[in-house]
Amino acid sequence: MTAGRRAKSSLVSRRSLWIGFLLAPAALIMIVFVVWPLVSALQLSFYEFDGLRPGQFIWFENFRQVLFESPFSNATYNAFWHNIVVFVAFMVFENGIALLIAYALLKELPGHQLHRVIVFLPVVLSAVIVGFLWKLLLHPLFGLVNGLLGLVGIMGPAWLGSESTALGSMIFANVWHWIGFPALVLLAGMQRISREVLEAARLDGAGDWTILTKIVWPLIAPSVTIVTVLTFIGSFNWFELPFVMGDMEGSPGRSTDVLALYFYRTAFGSVTSGIQDFGQGSALAVLMFLFVGAVTFVALKFLRAREIQT
Amino acid sequence: MTIARFGRKVLMASVAWGLIAGTALATDISFWTWRQEDKAAYEQLFADFTAKNPDIHVKFEALPDDTYPTMVATGLAAGKGADVIHTHAYGWLEQFVKSSYLEPLDQATVPSLANFTPDALAALSYRGDGKVYSVPFATMTLGMLVNLDVFEKAGLTPPTTWDEFVAVGNALKEKGIIPVANGLGTSWFNEMFTSVITGPFLGNDFAAQLQTGEATFKDPRYTAALGKMLEIRDYLPPNFAGVDYDTSGQLFLSGRAAMLAGGSFDIANYKKLNPALNMDFIAPPSAAAGDPPEASKFYDGGYAVNAASPNKEAALKLVNWMGTKEFGDKFSALLGNISPIQGVEISDPLLNHVAALNSTAVPHLGPVYFRFDKPTGSELIQEYITKMMAGDMTPEQVGVAMTEGLARWFTPFQGK
Repeated sequence: MTAGRRAKSSLVSRRSLWIGFLLAPAALIMIVFVVWPLVSALQLSFYEFDGLRPGQFIWFENFRQVLFESPFSNATYNAFWHNIVVFVAFMVFENGIALLIAYALLKELPGHQLHRVIVFLPVVLSAVIVGFLWKLLLHPLFGLVNGLLGLVGIMGPAWLGSESTALGSMIFANVWHWIGFPALVLLAGMQRISREVLEAARLDGAGDWTILTKIVWPLIAPSVTIVTVLTFIGSFNWFELPFVMGDMEGSPGRSTDVLALYFYRTAFGSVTSGIQDFGQGSALAVLMFLFVGAVTFVALKFLRAREIQT
Repeated sequence: MTIARFGRKVLMASVAWGLIAGTALATDISFWTWRQEDKAAYEQLFADFTAKNPDIHVKFEALPDDTYPTMVATGLAAGKGADVIHTHAYGWLEQFVKSSYLEPLDQATVPSLANFTPDALAALSYRGDGKVYSVPFATMTLGMLVNLDVFEKAGLTPPTTWDEFVAVGNALKEKGIIPVANGLGTSWFNEMFTSVITGPFLGNDFAAQLQTGEATFKDPRYTAALGKMLEIRDYLPPNFAGVDYDTSGQLFLSGRAAMLAGGSFDIANYKKLNPALNMDFIAPPSAAAGDPPEASKFYDGGYAVNAASPNKEAALKLVNWMGTKEFGDKFSALLGNISPIQGVEISDPLLNHVAALNSTAVPHLGPVYFRFDKPTGSELIQEYITKMMAGDMTPEQVGVAMTEGLARWFTPFQGK
């Protein structure tokens, strides 16, 4: 090896060491707080818990119970179904309306800067505050919503106490809370579209609907990918709002139960109703991780391919 | 050096040694609880204990109620748990016992266990070995809280039978008063509400038959009792499905509602919130005139010793003291709870009334019998009662679903 090569090789190895040194703290945090809990959950999911310590190694029994044995499987599919409903509702109402808001903001109508702040403002609030606020507003006896309905002679329902309205009320509160985020992401995507393209379309006589669907929509594909994937992950990790506005049991009558609530209730128990089972809880956590991970991977592949096509 | 100066030095050295040794030999033990609101009372109680045991100091540490079991389990698993742990009873306690986290207690180590009835000790024992693991601390009674001022203004008397309840309920409604403040917005409170209303229609015989499988929840006595829950819908607040525990309390305290099916655990709190409240605690309406008063009852929990505590001797001394009449008298006076220690004197007439109801009370079925494995009876009834009250399930369907759900682990129900 020549002296020049040796010097170059030494430089590369010093550089690698330096990069490794800089990455180490982040990697350590990831290992301790992400990788280790995942591996632990996977390990615990293979054990029976009769009490609070792992007992017998029971292979896939916990998975079998949460997927195929009633009443656990009923609870799993019920919660899973609610997660799907939540995802679809978020896509249609949160992201759909956010798209329209973003397009309106793009047009820079009078007061658009103030509107941008107003739309984004609830995003900075914590889910606990938002949940508590909407719980008060939707209170069946003293809430503002039923108070206003009462003024026009309508007796408002028990929004959070009825199986037919509870989940919808929580979805509404979530949409109110988060709509600013996809609106801003989509607006950022729209602002990257060349003004000339939009003006040319307008000169050719295209209306807003045509511009939005035929030009803007295809060109904001990368933003749509991000928003869709984050909405999917958020929908399947949905916990704070149903917990604050409802309770750990998915009340009323499990009509607001989602996988994260069911997992928490199963793994950590509830002083007033259940007992702890880390084994079943870990099995649920592993299934949730695999499902969210797999669907996200496939969705990203599909959406990225769509970005290239458009 | 004169003898006097030498003597003074010896005396000073002795005093200094005494102070140092006293500090060094004192044992500090910790007490974990979920009851932050009781801090002042426990600090008074622990001061009394330290006055009797100057070498032991107790530190009160409250953990969040919602995550209490998880935090206790994590602390004990890591060997960092408190020396004395405030526990719940029944299935909650068993989880910790099965994991060998708690020290078994007997009259050799905790002589004050002799002050409790077998019923109280059974609630804090592990069914697997029959040993006691926690010194019982309170019984909770479920019945009807009554706002006497509301009744007086309406010219009515609190009902004692179901027929009287219906008549009084209708009369209160005519006067624009909500008869019963309960709603269904809080799952755990729904279970208690159900227990209060159904208890007198079930009785202790039915409860005993449930334990052996002689009766199940399909029994016509149970489904008929659930039928009373459907009848009571007419006497609940508007939109009762969404009225939660806090709102029910507000309706009762403000006098908008005349009665509240609730627990003795709220008496002290309600008195604090509205000292002028003229309140009584009575048995729920009985099936027929002349029936004994049948409130519901359960043991809330106890005081356990961490099996891995390095200060086990001091911890055992503390829990032993927490089983004495001296502790029970002051505990009831300070916290307004019924101590299960026999011979405890309760000065509050209302609490005395509650204590008297305990002698004929029926067990609060969920925690007492059906919270030992999954799915628990509490999980099931909390879900099904909401559906039944919304008209989505019949009492018979609830009975079948309860029995079949519990049959997974409750062997007396298997094949029934």
